[in-house]
Amino acid sequence: MRRRTIYRHKLLPYLLLAPQLAITLIFFYWPALQAIYQSFLLQDPFGLRTQFIWLENFQHVLSTPRYLESVRITLVFSTSVTLLAMGPALLLAVMADQVIRGATGYRTLLVWPYAIAPAVAAVLWLFIFHPSIGQIGQGLRALGIPWDYRINGNQALFLVIFVSAWKQVSYNFLFFLAGLQSIPKTIVEAAAIDGASQSRRFWRVVFPLLSPTTFFLLVVNIIYAFFDTFGVIHALTQGGPGRATTTLMYRVYRDGYINLDLGASSAQSVILMAAVIGLTVIQFRYIERRVHY
Amino acid sequence: MTIGQNRWLPHVVLILGVVVFAFPIYLAFIGSSHDAPTIARGEMPLTLGPHLVENYQQALATGEGVRARATPALTLMRNSFIMAVVIVVGKISISLLSAFAVVFFEFPLRMFFFWLIFITLMLPVEVRIVPTYAVVANLGMINTFAGLTIPLIASATATLLFRQYFMTIPDELVDASQIDGAGPMRFFWSVLLPLSRTNIAALCVIMFIYGWNQYLWPLLITTSRGMETIVMGIVKMVGTADAQTDWNLIMAVAILALLPPVLVVLIMQRWFVKGLVDAEK
Repeated sequence: MRRRTIYRHKLLPYLLLAPQLAITLIFFYWPALQAIYQSFLLQDPFGLRTQFIWLENFQHVLSTPRYLESVRITLVFSTSVTLLAMGPALLLAVMADQVIRGATGYRTLLVWPYAIAPAVAAVLWLFIFHPSIGQIGQGLRALGIPWDYRINGNQALFLVIFVSAWKQVSYNFLFFLAGLQSIPKTIVEAAAIDGASQSRRFWRVVFPLLSPTTFFLLVVNIIYAFFDTFGVIHALTQGGPGRATTTLMYRVYRDGYINLDLGASSAQSVILMAAVIGLTVIQFRYIERRVHY
Repeated sequence: MTIGQNRWLPHVVLILGVVVFAFPIYLAFIGSSHDAPTIARGEMPLTLGPHLVENYQQALATGEGVRARATPALTLMRNSFIMAVVIVVGKISISLLSAFAVVFFEFPLRMFFFWLIFITLMLPVEVRIVPTYAVVANLGMINTFAGLTIPLIASATATLLFRQYFMTIPDELVDASQIDGAGPMRFFWSVLLPLSRTNIAALCVIMFIYGWNQYLWPLLITTSRGMETIVMGIVKMVGTADAQTDWNLIMAVAILALLPPVLVVLIMQRWFVKGLVDAEK
């Protein structure tokens, strides 16, 4: 889209762009290039000697069983978080859409968890699931379940999935509700007059019309599960016990910042960047499609 | 959907949802009103205890309990607040300027610069965390507010949002201001900014929450206690999550950490919903 009237200035537009460009170049492009460059290097932890080794870091990373283990954990983690965050959100949104009075009140009471930081959400639930002082933790043990997420890997994974999903439900709820409210009531009523049952109306009419929202949320939730959940994992389990909750993002942090293995960490960063770019491209291609439809 | 449905079911499900959301906050609040030994014994009742005021006083003023030693919550909140506000103001100002340049000016490499900014949308700071940390360390910005905020200020989201909005501004408005003899900057200040009020308010809410809730970045950048933010401060207080630690203080700090962003969302709900939905278009 082009404007008819525009300003012609030699210098001014560059001055206006300068602050944004400067920050972007220094703190975005430079480190990103650095990551790519370092992913081809072998460096000792003190940075005294470096050696150019082409793709060996990638080969090494991708052939490490522990990395593949993280890949598996990340897949289980992000799939579960996405489903657990989207399912209840859709249910709540469908219900809120049916309420005639007080829908705004319910929205108010359901949106605020969005504002809680993932790490703070983790601390809140930690207090509840703590095996010896938490209300639910104690309850589970009273029922004879040996609950202790600090030693049981599956329980730890469950807990980080649960907390991450809990925090994301309100975001999905808002988008589902907006999507549902934009579906013309007449279409749904027409289906009802044709004798379609309530569940049939939902799955055959409403759900397909909601698919743009669903698809958009799918991508957003996967990206959320990949990156924004670092706070949850770091506060609750630090990737443990063992490596039971070490996702790819957590590995980048641990290898790069704790173990100072810059080459491996950079190679992992580059792999993650490629994954995000892939996801974003999918999302944009789909948005293009929606614009034409 | 109005035909033939259960009238009570939606309310039951929604109230259940509200309870699941409110439950941890309620327990945290209760936890912040008892003393540490009661909680450590696992005997915390579900009703308000007698130590509410002193727990918050202690958390705000010293942050030091018997076991957990932390920075005073007042310092933590001040740091979080400065960080959030600088990020809000920074992001919005540089994005307004660059969107203005891209939409209202014609100059060589215009689209190239636009794409340069646009691509940053794809990569969250977490992905390139280690090299970005190295750059900040080389610039000597560890333990400074500049180091905490500037790397997070570059954002394509706000630029894109303002660009989209600016493109809907009719050409006649620009013409009229030119006829009145206003230059580009005058147009920016007197016409464009007032028109963008709602968009700016919406973005303020989203960016404030983003800034306040940062975790990994302050964790890397701050090494002195006086610079810690509240979200990372509370996780440090939890430490190894020992049953014997000062859970009463930790819960008080948790409530203090979540209160400002939650209040912002509740008070500015209209702009918040708008900002959220617009930012993702």
